[in-house]
Amino acid sequence: MVDFLSQYLIIDIFISNIGRLMSGLRFTFTLTIVVMFFGTIFGVLLALGRSFGSKSVAWLCTAYIEIIRGTPMLAQLFILYFALPSYGIRMTAVTVAYLGFTINCAAYQAEYTRGAIESVGTDQFKSAYSLGMGRWQTIFTIVLPQAVRWAIPAWTNEFIYVLKYTSLAYIIGAPDLMTQGKFIASRNYQFFRVYMIAAIIYLIIVWISTWIIDRVEEKLKIPGFG
Amino acid sequence: MLRRTFVVMLALALLVVFSGVTVMAETYLVGTSAGFPPFEYIEDGEVVGFDIDLMKAIGESQGFEVEFQDISFDSLIPGLQAGTIDVVAAGMTITEQRAQVVDFTDPYYSANQAVLVREDSGNNVTVLYGDNRLAVQTGTTGDLWVEENLLNTGVLTGNVTNFDTFVLAVQDLINENVEGVVLDTPVAQRYAAGNPVEMVAELITGEEYGLAVASGNTELLEKLNAGLDDVIESGVMDELLEKHF
Repeated sequence: MVDFLSQYLIIDIFISNIGRLMSGLRFTFTLTIVVMFFGTIFGVLLALGRSFGSKSVAWLCTAYIEIIRGTPMLAQLFILYFALPSYGIRMTAVTVAYLGFTINCAAYQAEYTRGAIESVGTDQFKSAYSLGMGRWQTIFTIVLPQAVRWAIPAWTNEFIYVLKYTSLAYIIGAPDLMTQGKFIASRNYQFFRVYMIAAIIYLIIVWISTWIIDRVEEKLKIPGFG
Repeated sequence: MLRRTFVVMLALALLVVFSGVTVMAETYLVGTSAGFPPFEYIEDGEVVGFDIDLMKAIGESQGFEVEFQDISFDSLIPGLQAGTIDVVAAGMTITEQRAQVVDFTDPYYSANQAVLVREDSGNNVTVLYGDNRLAVQTGTTGDLWVEENLLNTGVLTGNVTNFDTFVLAVQDLINENVEGVVLDTPVAQRYAAGNPVEMVAELITGEEYGLAVASGNTELLEKLNAGLDDVIESGVMDELLEKHF
């Protein structure tokens, strides 16, 4: 275990490939942030549609969620990148990565948010109505602010999941951290050490990210609630 | 009397057990990457091809069984190092760099690199210059050749996309996401026969394919080399070449 450290090889490999590794990290991190941002917005909309929308809207949202959750991400990326061009829809690998992961993330986020919405008691609706508030006013000012707070731990989980899951982008040749790692290892054949470096980078990013999200969660906390 | 029968039966049983052990041949796990026709590819759900038949023939000659495992090309060498596979038979070019981490048999095939373009594109070897986009399979000779001779020299300024298999690289070419693919000639010819792509140039790199074993596994290496010699001398090699090319 100490062997690879004592030889400084892992550090040598890191330093001599730092440009490529950092460009991979930049891509992975930007992809994750953008995917989480739009995924959360669409996810919340889907959850609202499924929980409070009219029958047809709820049905559409449910269908979307079930189809996306029920099919492998790999297959979705393949269809977007390799199959759609034969129908005249052509996107770059980077666009497909952004689109594919957002589509996927939204479906999962929708279910986390729906769970959180449903954990807010229905008696709060009655209370709000008795104060003369409307249905959507209640949803946006009473239910959603609570639900969002309930959903933060699941959201953090999704963030970490997306950060690591974006490594699937290697299949369509998008330049994420794992793709760059593979590239470096295919040159120096030091697979173990290169993947070790990639793993450490992922770990550090996840640590920093969860630390920040924990602080945000504390800030958002309502005293005496939850 | 009863005792004697028992002894005879025991002796017979032992004979069966031991003969079973001696007859049972060793099985080697052969790693390959089945996106490299005609060397290895999937047909009706099975891995078939020249390398597959060659390994079976070597096994027959040297008295061992072979079992195949289809994994991605750039996982083959780590697989040898980790001991999850015993042999690599994947049209792997013998290079100095690879030879530092694995041991190669004598070469069994020589090939060059080819440039593939879309059939109706009117493109030619000039796709290797300027801001054209190329696709390669990560870790292959084509990938390393493009990096060394085109990217590092500034001849090519366009993007090079790295894929896990040639199948995906060629699909990307057909989908017009790239203008060219650089890959081994025999494979390029096979793809050109079944897809709307054509071979426009051959780069004379003269690389030789070898089977690979983990570094230091001389026992298996010797068996493979002896098997190769036997397969070549007995004429089986010619039959296989005839069958696959």
